[in-house]
Amino acid sequence: MSDLFNLKNLPTDLKPAVVDLLYRLADDSILIGHRNSEWTGIGPILEEDIAFSSMAQDKMGHAAAYYTLLHELGEQDPDTLAFMRDAHDFRCCQFVALGNIAPDAPAESPDNCNNPTRDRLMAHGDWAISFVRQFLFVQADVVRNSALESSRYDPLASLCRKIRGELRYHTMHAESTLRHLAHGTDDSRDRIKKSFVYLWPYALGLFEATAHDQALADACICPTQADLQREWRARIDPMLADAGLTIDESVQPKFGGRTGKHEQALVDALADMQKVYRLEPTATW
Amino acid sequence: MTETTDNQTQIDAIWNALQTVTDPEIPVISVVELGIIQDAYLDNGNATVEMCPTFAGCPALDVMRDNIRHAVRAAGFDAVDVKVVYDPPWTTDRITDEGRRKLKEFGLAPPTQCGGSPVTEALIKDTACPFCDSKDTNLESIFGPTLCRAIHYCNSCQQSFEQFKPV
Ligand SMILES: [Zn+2]
Repeated sequence: MSDLFNLKNLPTDLKPAVVDLLYRLADDSILIGHRNSEWTGIGPILEEDIAFSSMAQDKMGHAAAYYTLLHELGEQDPDTLAFMRDAHDFRCCQFVALGNIAPDAPAESPDNCNNPTRDRLMAHGDWAISFVRQFLFVQADVVRNSALESSRYDPLASLCRKIRGELRYHTMHAESTLRHLAHGTDDSRDRIKKSFVYLWPYALGLFEATAHDQALADACICPTQADLQREWRARIDPMLADAGLTIDESVQPKFGGRTGKHEQALVDALADMQKVYRLEPTATW
Repeated sequence: MTETTDNQTQIDAIWNALQTVTDPEIPVISVVELGIIQDAYLDNGNATVEMCPTFAGCPALDVMRDNIRHAVRAAGFDAVDVKVVYDPPWTTDRITDEGRRKLKEFGLAPPTQCGGSPVTEALIKDTACPFCDSKDTNLESIFGPTLCRAIHYCNSCQQSFEQFKPV
C-alpha cells in the first residue's frame, strides 16, 4: 500500500471527498442513534429498551468522533455540526431518519402531555420497524466499518479499528433477535415481513452513489458504494432467506439523502434532536 | 541529579497522579489499571497524557479526561495536555491483573481475555459468578446499565450479576 494520508499530507484535491464521506458517516450515525433512543424508557421489553438505548449511545459516540475528524479538517466544532445545521445540510440517507411509526398509522395521536413525538410513539410506535431497520443498518455499518479499517486516510482507519469491537455487540443483537422473531409466532413473522417490505427501498439508499465514489476508491480511502452494497448483500441475503424475507429486486431505491434531499421525517427528527441545544447554544453543560 | 533521571522522576510523578484517577462508574479501578493510558511524557516541559477511550460513547470519558488534568496539575504540572488517541484501539485485554481483581471485588465479573479474536457470544457466556465463582451461569443480556456491562444470572447463588464485557 502507498503511504498513508493524515491530516497534514491529505492532498487538497481529495479533501472535499473525505469531508463528504465523513459527513455521511457522522450523519447516519447521529440519526440512527437519535431514532433508536426514542425507545428509551418505553421499549417493548426491558432487554430491548436497554439494547436500543445502549446502541443509540454507541452511535452518538461514533457520530461525535466523526464530527471531531471533520473539525480537524477545518469544519465547524462537533456541537455546531450536530445541532446547528438544517436538514438540507445533512448527508445521511433517508433510511436512518424515518420515524419509528408504521406508514399506515393514524395521522392523529392522543395528547398525553409528553412531547408530541413521544405521545405519538406511545400510541402508534412500531418497534418491528425499528428493529428491522436496526438489523439492515448495522449490517451495512459493519461492512462499511471493516472496509474503512484499512482506509488510506489514517485518522479514519484508526477510529474504525476502535469502533469494531463495539459493533460486534450490535451485530450479535441484530442476528439473534432476527432469528427469534422469524422463528417466533405468526404475529412476529408478519410484523417483520411488513416492516421489511416498507423499509427495503429506503435501506438501498444507504448505498446511494456519490460524485466522490470513484476518487475515494482510486485513492484507497473508501470502496465505491456499489462494492459496499455487494458485500452487504452477500452478508444479509442468507440471513434474510433464513428469516423468510424475500427481496423484491425491482424496487426503486429511495435516494436523495446523500445530496441533502430529505423527507419531512428528517426535519421532524432534527426539531426534537436540536431543540434543547438551540434554546441556548452558548450554554456550557 | 542528571537531566535524564530528573525527567524520569517527573514522568513517574505523572503516572503516580494517574493512579489516583478512577472510572466514575467503577470507582475502585484507576485509569491506569483500566488500561486507557497509552503514554505519559513531557513535551517541552508540558505533561502530556495519551488516553485511549473505552467506548466512544461512554459519558464517563469526559469526566475522566478532566480528572486526569486536575490530578496531574495537582502533582505540580502547570500545563497538562490530555490527548485522545484511537491507535492502538483499547480492548478489555488491556485491563491489568490488579484491575481485574478490583473489578471482581467490586462485584463485576472481569472480562474474558479475547487475545485479539473477535468477541463471540460463547466467549461472553463463559463467565464465572463474581460472588461464588460458579461457572453455572446464564447470559441474560449483552447490554447492561452502562455501555461496558453485560448482565448474567448465577444458577448457584441464584442472583444476577453484571460483567465488564469483553471488547
Ligand atoms: Zn454465584
